[in-house]
Amino acid sequence: MTIALTINGARREVAADAATPLLYVLRNDLALNGAKFGCGLGQCGACTVMIDGEAALSCITPVALAEGRQVTTVEGLGTAEAPGAVQAAFIELQAAQCGYCIPGMMMSAQALLQANPAPTDAEIRNALQTNLCRCGTHMRILAAVRRASELMQASLGPAANRKAG
Amino acid sequence: MTVLRALCAVVVLGLVGFLAYAWQSEIAPQPPASRPALDPALVEKGARLAAVGNCIACHTVPGKAAFAGGLALPTPFGTIYSTNITPDPETGLGLWSEAAFQRAMRKGVDREGRHLYPAFPYDHYTRVSAEDNRALYAFIMSRDPVKATPPANELPFPLNVRMILAGWKLLFLREGELPRDASKSDAWNRGAYLTEGLGHCGGCHTPRNALGAMDSKRHFAGGEAEGWQAYAINGQSPAPVPWDQDAMAHYLRHGWHQYHGVSRGPMAEVTGNLALLPDADVAAIATYVVDVMGTPSPQQIEDGKKRIDAVSRHHSVVATAAAQAPTGDGGGRSGAAIYAAACGTCHDSGRPQPFGGLSFTLSTAVNAPSPQNIVNVTLFGLPPADGEASAVMPGYASVLNDRDMIALLNHLRAQFTDRPAWTGLEEMVRKTRSGEHKVAVRPADGIERAPANVGAEEKP
Repeated sequence: MTIALTINGARREVAADAATPLLYVLRNDLALNGAKFGCGLGQCGACTVMIDGEAALSCITPVALAEGRQVTTVEGLGTAEAPGAVQAAFIELQAAQCGYCIPGMMMSAQALLQANPAPTDAEIRNALQTNLCRCGTHMRILAAVRRASELMQASLGPAANRKAG
Repeated sequence: MTVLRALCAVVVLGLVGFLAYAWQSEIAPQPPASRPALDPALVEKGARLAAVGNCIACHTVPGKAAFAGGLALPTPFGTIYSTNITPDPETGLGLWSEAAFQRAMRKGVDREGRHLYPAFPYDHYTRVSAEDNRALYAFIMSRDPVKATPPANELPFPLNVRMILAGWKLLFLREGELPRDASKSDAWNRGAYLTEGLGHCGGCHTPRNALGAMDSKRHFAGGEAEGWQAYAINGQSPAPVPWDQDAMAHYLRHGWHQYHGVSRGPMAEVTGNLALLPDADVAAIATYVVDVMGTPSPQQIEDGKKRIDAVSRHHSVVATAAAQAPTGDGGGRSGAAIYAAACGTCHDSGRPQPFGGLSFTLSTAVNAPSPQNIVNVTLFGLPPADGEASAVMPGYASVLNDRDMIALLNHLRAQFTDRPAWTGLEEMVRKTRSGEHKVAVRPADGIERAPANVGAEEKP
């Protein structure tokens, strides 16, 4: 069946079975490879995207449920030339080692900061508790989320603090 | 005139009589310096007993100091805040003698002589032996004192007048230990003592009457706790595979069982705590509770076997023709399509408990008369425990709208049970999502073993 999606603000149509995981459609049909396949069971967080501004695990979200809603992937947060606040903070703090978990980390962070612009450390840990990192860069990731919060609040420019999805 | 005078006299006498009955004297304060030294063996015994009583769950705000109180306990009558039971002389139990502690457990009266609200389950704790109370007192007094005053209770007049609790006790409190049943085994009697006393299982699993007391005619017939259904644990247990003593002991000891799944919500705290007990005590509780459940009918046993067999061969039991009918909007948003993509990857994987998703063929939640627990766990998931491996499930609140939820839940009910469809789903989903119906979400293994988010580990 044909399913109409809004991904990073753009309307896209895909031919897919309704029960196909959103992650497969993003990666295989739309070439948006930011979201990663980790466990496929919604337990590692590598596939995290935002749906209507809330963090969602795309590997266990049937694509039909994304119809008519705003889906944001890490590609929607900014570009290499003009990274969004969260991306800029992760680069500045060098929060990635192998990097596989980082798009999911960034999407959980983005969803958190949109709902709560100045979270406490406990709130950051709580929001990222379902995002696993095997390299162990957690302390840098936490620092990057704190930095992203500062950047978003300090920035007066529309690019850095715009609401995605 | 004489009649009126006589009537007045009766009323006054009655009032005086009630006040005399309700009056409880203060027990003299015992300054910490004058308290005898605590026996370490008694403290250790008290720690285990406190685990049976699950004292920490109500007397701790998650993330704050253990036993320092302040947790809001919503009741149909208003909100009651748990008290600070650390030995702080000003704000806790620091001035309580053992006699004052014994009286509180036996009669529900504090050291100053004030009646306590039965949110403190003294209707159960009155069954605890004086010897065990001595150990509990030693354990409580061995904790670090924490200065903390809970918020004032939010109760309307006249419920905020503690004297009326004497009337409640007159109606519902039967003081003292239960007699031993000589016709039953030692294990059964020990189990009854722990279950009906400190364990206060009936506090959640027995329904309450209009005055908030346990409905003794419906012992263990199922109740509520912190936004969750406490399933019936008598003959009406909704478990599709009947419980036996081994399964129950395993579940209470480990917090999961292969045919029943993982404990969650407030029960996760209970099973987390019971891990501190000797196996014999856990087995005794299981002996007693399974005896209360009674012998399942041959048909129940047969159905349970069929389900276990189907799951072991990775088949689900399609129970009714209704399962074939589409739920929800049909097509891509049908309950079956949502199930296949969102649930099936874990719940049909056949991977073992506690880390694999339980097959819904074995699920008590979808067989239960109320869908509240499956609504809670679908929306909010099971958060990971802090600092140790635990069962987890992602919450679906951000993905499933109310119509999707209803389609999915109707599908689960029709696909995996032969029970009638739930009614009132729409309202329940809406109220649970919005927070109008409050739900305590807990990691699968309870709050108190998670060092960072509880305060069970007392840190300076």
